[in-house]
Amino acid sequence: MGLLYGLIAVGLALIFGLMDVVNFAHGEFLMIAMYVSFFLFTFLAIDPLLSAPLVAAALFVLGAVVYLLVVRFAMRAKANAGMVQIFSTFGLAIVMRGLAQFFFTPDYRSIPHSWAGGKTISVAGIFLPEPQLIGALVAIAAFAGLYFFIHRTDFGRALEATREDPGAVALVGIDRNRVFALGWGLGAALVGLAGAIMAVFFYIYPDVGASFALIAYVTVALGGFGSVFGAFAGGIIVGLVEATTALVLPPSLKSVGIYAVYLLVVFIRPRGLFGSM
Amino acid sequence: MDKDFAARRRRDLIIAAVLAALAALAPLFVKDVYVQNILILTLMYAALSQSWNILSGYCGQISLGHALYFGIGAYTTELLFTKFGVLPWFGMLAGGVIAAVIAMGLGYPFFRLRGHYFVIATIVIAEIGLLLFQNWEWAGAAMGITIPVRGDSWVKFQFLRSKLPYFYFALALCSLAWFVTWWLEDSKWGFWWRAVKDNPEAAESLGVVVFNSKMGAAAVSAFLVAVGGAFYAQFLAYIDPESVMGFQFSLLMALPAVLGGIGTLWGPVLGAAILIPMTELTRSYIGGSGRGVDLIVYGALIVAISLALPQGLVSLFSRSKAKGATR
Repeated sequence: MGLLYGLIAVGLALIFGLMDVVNFAHGEFLMIAMYVSFFLFTFLAIDPLLSAPLVAAALFVLGAVVYLLVVRFAMRAKANAGMVQIFSTFGLAIVMRGLAQFFFTPDYRSIPHSWAGGKTISVAGIFLPEPQLIGALVAIAAFAGLYFFIHRTDFGRALEATREDPGAVALVGIDRNRVFALGWGLGAALVGLAGAIMAVFFYIYPDVGASFALIAYVTVALGGFGSVFGAFAGGIIVGLVEATTALVLPPSLKSVGIYAVYLLVVFIRPRGLFGSM
Repeated sequence: MDKDFAARRRRDLIIAAVLAALAALAPLFVKDVYVQNILILTLMYAALSQSWNILSGYCGQISLGHALYFGIGAYTTELLFTKFGVLPWFGMLAGGVIAAVIAMGLGYPFFRLRGHYFVIATIVIAEIGLLLFQNWEWAGAAMGITIPVRGDSWVKFQFLRSKLPYFYFALALCSLAWFVTWWLEDSKWGFWWRAVKDNPEAAESLGVVVFNSKMGAAAVSAFLVAVGGAFYAQFLAYIDPESVMGFQFSLLMALPAVLGGIGTLWGPVLGAAILIPMTELTRSYIGGSGRGVDLIVYGALIVAISLALPQGLVSLFSRSKAKGATR
C-alpha cells in the first residue's frame, strides 16, 4: 500500500518539482484512471494489469491537455500566482468530479473477476493479497524506470534543466511549454498506473480521488517538495504508519497517525525529510 | 497620499453603512423563505470569508483548515447548551475564546512553516479534528447533536416561526467582521501584517515582531469564525462533525475572498454576494438531476474567474477608478 501511495505521490512531486505548482486535481486524475481501467475491463475485457500501460498512456494525454488548457494560463498570472494555481486546479477537480458523475453516475463500481483479484499468496507463512503485491512490484518498476528516465534520456535531462533554470533552457532552444506539458503528462501517467492497479481492489466512484488526494499531498510534503526520491520514501512511511495505527487505534482513526507523523516531521524539519529548496 | 487614504477609508465606511442599511430593509421586500435562506447563508459566508481574509489575506498565511475553528464554535455552543444548559450567547463567546486559544496554541509550531508546508499542515490539523469528533462518543460521535427545541426567543437564540432574527444576526456578524477588518486595516497591526506578508525578513529587521503579528491575526480570525460556527449550529438546529468541520467549509471560507479579491476590504463581501447565491441556485435548479451538472458549472466558473482575474473581482472596480490616480 505504501508503495502505491508513493506512486500516486511521485506524479505530484514530479509536477511540483518541475514548476512549483501543486496540482489540486491530482486525486481526480487517479479517479479517471480507475474509470478508464474499469471500462477497458467491462467493454473490452482487458485485465486491469494488462491495460495498465494503456491507462497510463490515456492519462499522459489528459495531463498534457490539462496543462495546455488550464495550467499554462495559471502560470502567467502576475499577482497572487499561488492562489490562482490552487484555485484553478481545484476548480478543475470539481469539474472533473461533476463530469464523472454526469457520465458514469455516482454508483459504486468494482472490477469483479480480474486475473489477480481476490487471490492471496503465501510467502514464508505470511499471507499477502496478490493484487497489492503486484501493485508493489509495478510501483518499484515504475520508480526504477522513472529514475532511469530522468537521469539517462535527453528528455529527462531537459526536464531537470528546465527545473533548474527555465530562462537558460530557453536560450539553448528547448521549448519550455513543451517540457512542462510532457512533465504534466508524465506525472499524470504515473498516477494513471497507480489508478489502474488500485481499480482491482478499490471501489470506483466519482469522489474516490478526494480520499487519496490528501494522503498524496501529505506524502509529498513528508518527503519534501521537489524530491522524487522523497515521495517514494514518504509513500513507504505513510503506508507503514497507516498499518501500525490501524493496529493500535480503531480503523476510523487510522489516518490520524499519518497526519500526526506529518506534523511531527515538519515541526522538526520544516522542509520535509528530503526537501532541497 | 495620506489624505487620499483617509478619504478612501471614510468613503468605504459610508458605503458599508449604506449597504448594511439597505440589507436591513431587504426583508420588507423579500418574503420568500427560500430566498431569505440564501440571503442568510450569503451574509454568513461573507462574514466567515472576511474573518479568514484577516489571517490569510492580510497576513498572508494561507489557511485551509479554518473549518476546525468553525466546528469548535458550533460544538462548544451546542455541547454547553445540551449538556449544561448554558445559553448559546455565552456558548458563542466561549467557542470564540477557545478557538482563539487553540489557534494561538497551534500557531506556536505552525508559523515556523512556510508556503505549501503550512497550507498542508492546516488541512491536516482540521482533518484530525474532524476524525476526533467523529469518534468522540460523549459529543455524539458521527451521529452529531440535535439541538432541543425550546421555543422562539432571543434569550435562547432559537427561532422557529421566522428566519428573520437569523437574518439580522448574520447581517450584524457580517458588519462586525467587516468593521473589524476596516479598523485593523489602518491600525498598527494592519501595517505589520501587510509587511509580514510581503517580506517577513525585511519586516523583522524593521522591528516588526513577525511571530506575534501572525498570532494576533490567527486569534482574531479564529474567534470570528467560531462565532460564525455557533450561529450556523443554532440556525441548522442540528450538527454533526462532517457538516460543521468538513474540508468544504475551509474552502467555502476561502473561495469568496479569493474570487472577490484576497487581502482586500471588499473582496470577501463581493465574492460571497456572487458565489453563494450562484452555488445555491445552480444546486437547486440544475443540481436536481443528481448528475453533477451543477458541479461542472460551478467548477468551470471558479477556473474561469481565477484565471481571468487573478486579483479578484475587486480589481474590476479599482482598475476603472485608478485610471486617473496612480496607485
